[in-house]
Amino acid sequence: MNAIFDIISWALLVSGGFLCISGAVGLLRFPDFFTRMHAASVTDSLATTLILTGLFIQADAWIVQVKLVMVLLFVLLTSPTAGHALAKAALHAGQKPALGKQPKTTMEAGR
Amino acid sequence: MNFVGLFNYWIVMILMMIGFYIVIAQGNLVKKLVGLTLFQTSVFIMYITMGKIEGATAPILSEGETLYSNPLPHVLILTAIVVGIATTALGLALVVRIKESYDTIEEDEINQKDQEC
Amino acid sequence: MELIINMALLSMLAMTAIAIVRIKDLFAVAMLAGIYGLISASFFVMLDAVDVAFTEASVGAGISTLLMLTTLAITGRFEKADKKSRTRFALPLVLLTGGLLIYGTLDMPSFGAADAPVQEHVAPRYLNDSEQEIGIPNVVTSVLASYRSFDTFGEVIVIFTAGIGVLALLMRSDLPPAKGSKSTASMHEHMVLRIVAKMLIPLILLFGLYVQFHGEYGPGGGFQAGVIFASAFFLYAMLYGMNAARRVIDSVVVQILAALGVLIYGTTGVISLLSGKNFLDYSVLSHDAVHAQHLGILFIELGVGLTVATVMIIIFFTFSGRNQVEGETD
Repeated sequence: MNAIFDIISWALLVSGGFLCISGAVGLLRFPDFFTRMHAASVTDSLATTLILTGLFIQADAWIVQVKLVMVLLFVLLTSPTAGHALAKAALHAGQKPALGKQPKTTMEAGR
Repeated sequence: MNFVGLFNYWIVMILMMIGFYIVIAQGNLVKKLVGLTLFQTSVFIMYITMGKIEGATAPILSEGETLYSNPLPHVLILTAIVVGIATTALGLALVVRIKESYDTIEEDEINQKDQEC
Repeated sequence: MELIINMALLSMLAMTAIAIVRIKDLFAVAMLAGIYGLISASFFVMLDAVDVAFTEASVGAGISTLLMLTTLAITGRFEKADKKSRTRFALPLVLLTGGLLIYGTLDMPSFGAADAPVQEHVAPRYLNDSEQEIGIPNVVTSVLASYRSFDTFGEVIVIFTAGIGVLALLMRSDLPPAKGSKSTASMHEHMVLRIVAKMLIPLILLFGLYVQFHGEYGPGGGFQAGVIFASAFFLYAMLYGMNAARRVIDSVVVQILAALGVLIYGTTGVISLLSGKNFLDYSVLSHDAVHAQHLGILFIELGVGLTVATVMIIIFFTFSGRNQVEGETD
């Protein structure tokens, strides 16, 4: 039974770590501010959930598990809010999202 | 020469020198305060590294643990961190006043304005 | 395995410091300084210094970044390029001093040795006797609040002095008093942030109280609790405006509370003096020695937490007030 728990928590921690790294790579390589924000927020929400769930399985006392769940709830509440605040501030400062080429009218698109 | 054991101290010296370089070489007053913060934190790292014992745990007494890390550097550094933030806050207040008087916070421009008067 | 994590964290610290030297955009420098504080807090956890990590994370990565950004809003964002004459003189000096210091570290006792000179004399006495004499599990709090309480008194006075200094430098007496006007237009602008803040502020205050009173059983204590408590007020002030924040907690009340914290600490010491013992000798507070220590630690941690929280609020309100244009309410 212990081996199964170990394997599950291993898989969760490794996938959380991989998502952290991919979020960091996206932060560096994406072309636009808002796409970079999206990459960073993946690190904040999904990767944190996977890592904390992996730690939850490994915890030895129930009080540690309760604290981990509280940390997870707090992070899930505040990190998306921080991303929202950043995107809002960027829009307010005049940063516009980079859009692809759009056809002007449907008649032009059909031509 | 125990490279692994000394790596901590070398990084501390490198961080200390980077902070020192910022304070003496760069002209912006806020940047100098940031360099001072870097310097202070490197000193904290040195003290805490000195207090660590191999195989010990945090100095909170609990059942079944025999070896604890040295609590005395922790106490000194706790005080030092808080005093450091107090100094930084006061320094930043002075920078705000300097900005209002001289309209700049670059050191050479301030010296120039002083010499003109 | 721990060694690799230590070396990785220290290398990240060095890279962050080099980036701080080279970047000319001061907002980025403030953010990097916050990251520097956070990585060093993680490093302190790796070195078993949990109390120090808590304080560094809250003070170094939280308050310090906030103060720098508030200052940069007043002073300006970019710095000028380095002067060549300065760097030509500074770089050899720094390299020479660094070389001498690294040469000096070759004589240090090896990292983690249990028989290094720093681990003898005083530290084993604290670790062995703290259980009988003071009876609280967190040895750092027992040393800070009982064995070395005089140093902590000096620290509280330094924080109070910084608060007075910031007030003396930056206080404005021409700001309009807090009016009873409702904030109308801005409510819709920050809807998500305000609702989340309303959910979080009670939890932050509760957590601050928890850290204050559980500093004896785990990492925590007066300083960290004061900073966490103040950050709830910062959150409210940033989202609802300075006027609303001043209506919640008045400037005069905050200043009186700061002095009250120092007074509580000093009174605990003077009570011992008036009963014929040494300053800050807690044994006069109760019949049982260990119980007296607990009472003394409770009182002084209360004074510390009160002073730290209110001085942080004073500093933030004063900086924001300086930036405020006359007649504006936000």
